[in-house]
Amino acid sequence: MSLSATKFVHPITTPPSTRSSDKPLFSTFFGSNHTKLRFNKPIVAAQRRSSSAASTSSPVVAVSDVVKEKKLKSTSNLLITKEEGLVLYEDMILGRFFEDMCAQMYYRGKMFGFVHLYNGQEAVSTGFIKFLKKEDYVVSTYRDHVHALSKGVPAREVMSELFGKATGCCRGQGGSMHMFSKQYNLLGGFAFIGEGIPVATGAAFSSKYRREVLKEPGADEVTLAFFGDGTCNNGQFYECLNMAALWKLPIVFVVENNLWAIGMSHLRATSDPQIWKKGPAFGMPGIHVDGMDVLKVREVAKEAIERARRGEGPTLVECETYRFRGHSLADPDELRDPAEKAHYAGRDPITALKKYLFDNKLASEQELKAIDKKIEELLDDAVEFADESPLPPRSQLLENVFADPKGFGIGPDGKYRCEDPKFTQGTAHV
Amino acid sequence: MLRAIRHKSICPAFGAFRAFASAAKEMTVREALNSALDEEMSADPKVFLMGEEVGEYQGAYKISKGLLDKYGPERVLDTPITEAGFAGIGVGAAYYGLRPVVEFMTFNFSMQAIDHIINSAAKSNYMSAGQISVPIVFRGPNGAAAGVGAQHSQCYAAWYASCPGLKVLAPYSSEDARGLLKAAIRDPDPVVFLENELLYGESFPVSAEVLDSSFCLPIGKAKIEREGKDVTITAYSKMVGYALKAAEILAKEGVSAEVINLRSIRPLDRTTINASVRKTNRLVTVEEGFPQHGVGAEICTSVVEESFGYLDAPVERIAGADVPMPYAANLERMAVPQVEDIVRAAKRACHRSVPLAATA
Repeated sequence: MSLSATKFVHPITTPPSTRSSDKPLFSTFFGSNHTKLRFNKPIVAAQRRSSSAASTSSPVVAVSDVVKEKKLKSTSNLLITKEEGLVLYEDMILGRFFEDMCAQMYYRGKMFGFVHLYNGQEAVSTGFIKFLKKEDYVVSTYRDHVHALSKGVPAREVMSELFGKATGCCRGQGGSMHMFSKQYNLLGGFAFIGEGIPVATGAAFSSKYRREVLKEPGADEVTLAFFGDGTCNNGQFYECLNMAALWKLPIVFVVENNLWAIGMSHLRATSDPQIWKKGPAFGMPGIHVDGMDVLKVREVAKEAIERARRGEGPTLVECETYRFRGHSLADPDELRDPAEKAHYAGRDPITALKKYLFDNKLASEQELKAIDKKIEELLDDAVEFADESPLPPRSQLLENVFADPKGFGIGPDGKYRCEDPKFTQGTAHV
Repeated sequence: MLRAIRHKSICPAFGAFRAFASAAKEMTVREALNSALDEEMSADPKVFLMGEEVGEYQGAYKISKGLLDKYGPERVLDTPITEAGFAGIGVGAAYYGLRPVVEFMTFNFSMQAIDHIINSAAKSNYMSAGQISVPIVFRGPNGAAAGVGAQHSQCYAAWYASCPGLKVLAPYSSEDARGLLKAAIRDPDPVVFLENELLYGESFPVSAEVLDSSFCLPIGKAKIEREGKDVTITAYSKMVGYALKAAEILAKEGVSAEVINLRSIRPLDRTTINASVRKTNRLVTVEEGFPQHGVGAEICTSVVEESFGYLDAPVERIAGADVPMPYAANLERMAVPQVEDIVRAAKRACHRSVPLAATA
């Protein structure tokens, strides 16, 4: 697939990659067709990378191999600067350590209900969200803790929300699966898969409307919709691909294809497992990228987000990634092959980024360890804060049902219920 | 003659003018909705209309006639046939302060989008603890039309009204339609606006106050369409017309019925209903939807909880038949409440004879 400076060309039909001769569920079937990375030239260059049509037949390529290949060609064009590298590292470490802390807290009984952890997929969240402005929107699914953290919601607030305390980002009313933040433009947090996609499309619609109808200057916010492979079989996904392409909305559809929908393998559920192909069917570019490599994800993200910002319409990006833990903390995770898990553990995005930073002398061991320590302290502080925070008071039960609480109607005394000072002291029986 | 009575109760001032002006201004419900949408769209550029056939087709029931020419395709959007998709897009746009009016061709199709109406519209303000409100209106015809069969005839008032976070409105006359739609569009919460296809063409007199562009009715207040002292009849949407006709018939037989037009199903105006029952001591609830867990059941419980001592007879509940809507014209007539059913139920309530099954 060739990517020009100004626009994505629809991917040419690539031959299906050969699968490993082992069990068909082993996940080498997606080679990343993005192995030839672009050099860090200015955007005005006319001729960019060459098509990597031949690359899809090879199995997944580790970052280190690609780095070696690049080093042969040029030693001075690195993909990231030192500052960027440290920012990426810190964000991924925050995500990883936070999720590990969640697991600990869950087993200690401080967190409850459904908790879905993001271990292993950090490259996708960091790679995409770190390109966004604060005003851009992110819509996620129930696996949303790390999206919230990458977008900027403080770890303290996310942890409190998970503990169900009044200091959480949603005052304890949302929980693990419903993270919302107006300040950081995180629009949830949806439990039904596919539900966030139309909402994201609507947010993209609103930025286009504000720019074109209300003529607000600078209303060029981009929306990112994150969802999984299972969602790509859902009707709402296709409805939104259609409408986003039809109305050229500034949205990027990011598929976090971790090959498993709870215990249902993607290959067992999908007639054509190559999700990126579904983009061109609706008139938008579809791109497949190795989601275990944050640098590759970043490249694709940059182009897709800039494309949307310029008003050229949506992009479908399929990130091949993997979740190291089960679907949720209640999932015994028995159906996945241990060899597959080991293979992906070997492609841990954090390890890969660390190696890149060391190999290119962008950071030293001490600097990274300092970051590790800083994040650990941040999380200890977050847990302590959450522990000490109060539970929501009883009066909070009836709050926020309506923006205009007159929606609770008129009470027996003829006045609006919400004007009765004792209203929120009541029980659930209104 | 019915018109004259209603006319008097709505706008008494006009009685004095009738000698001078010819009949007071009449407006169909369709025109009322169209003018309400038009005025709200011109007053606030953030309001936009989205749905199937609302633009070039001028609206499946011509409610949005002329709006495309006036406001352009960016504010009157013809969508593909994707209820789940465009209802969700409406919710996402409302998250950011736009005020979408999402039209469902009939509320039966809203079942394809019900995930978004309930889960992302109704619950978002609560889940985000007040950070994100959803000022969206879902509107469209609800309930039975004529001969459209089982899948196009269901009444959704009870389902939506049971969900916290939603406001559910059901207008009857043109005044209701204008006032409630304007209130719904201006409201910061998700509103489900249940119209009725058979009422679209009906004409009602409207006062000058109603025609004013700032006219708005309060959400959560019912209207007493006709005062009475022997039995209270509650109804909404098309059934209000039937109830008024039944009240006429009952009046000839010496029973004075008070007819309450609920206007707002959620929140239900329990105060007005209870005050009326305390006055008349008898209650008949009328609705078009299925009987079990319906609006009438909720009203009955409310009255039993708050005004039990005032009831002189068991509450009579008139609802649609407990069957999917049949197609044959005579069967359809039997499956929907008719004026005679209401009259019979009111008489039962008054004379305390043994009540028959709820759907009579």
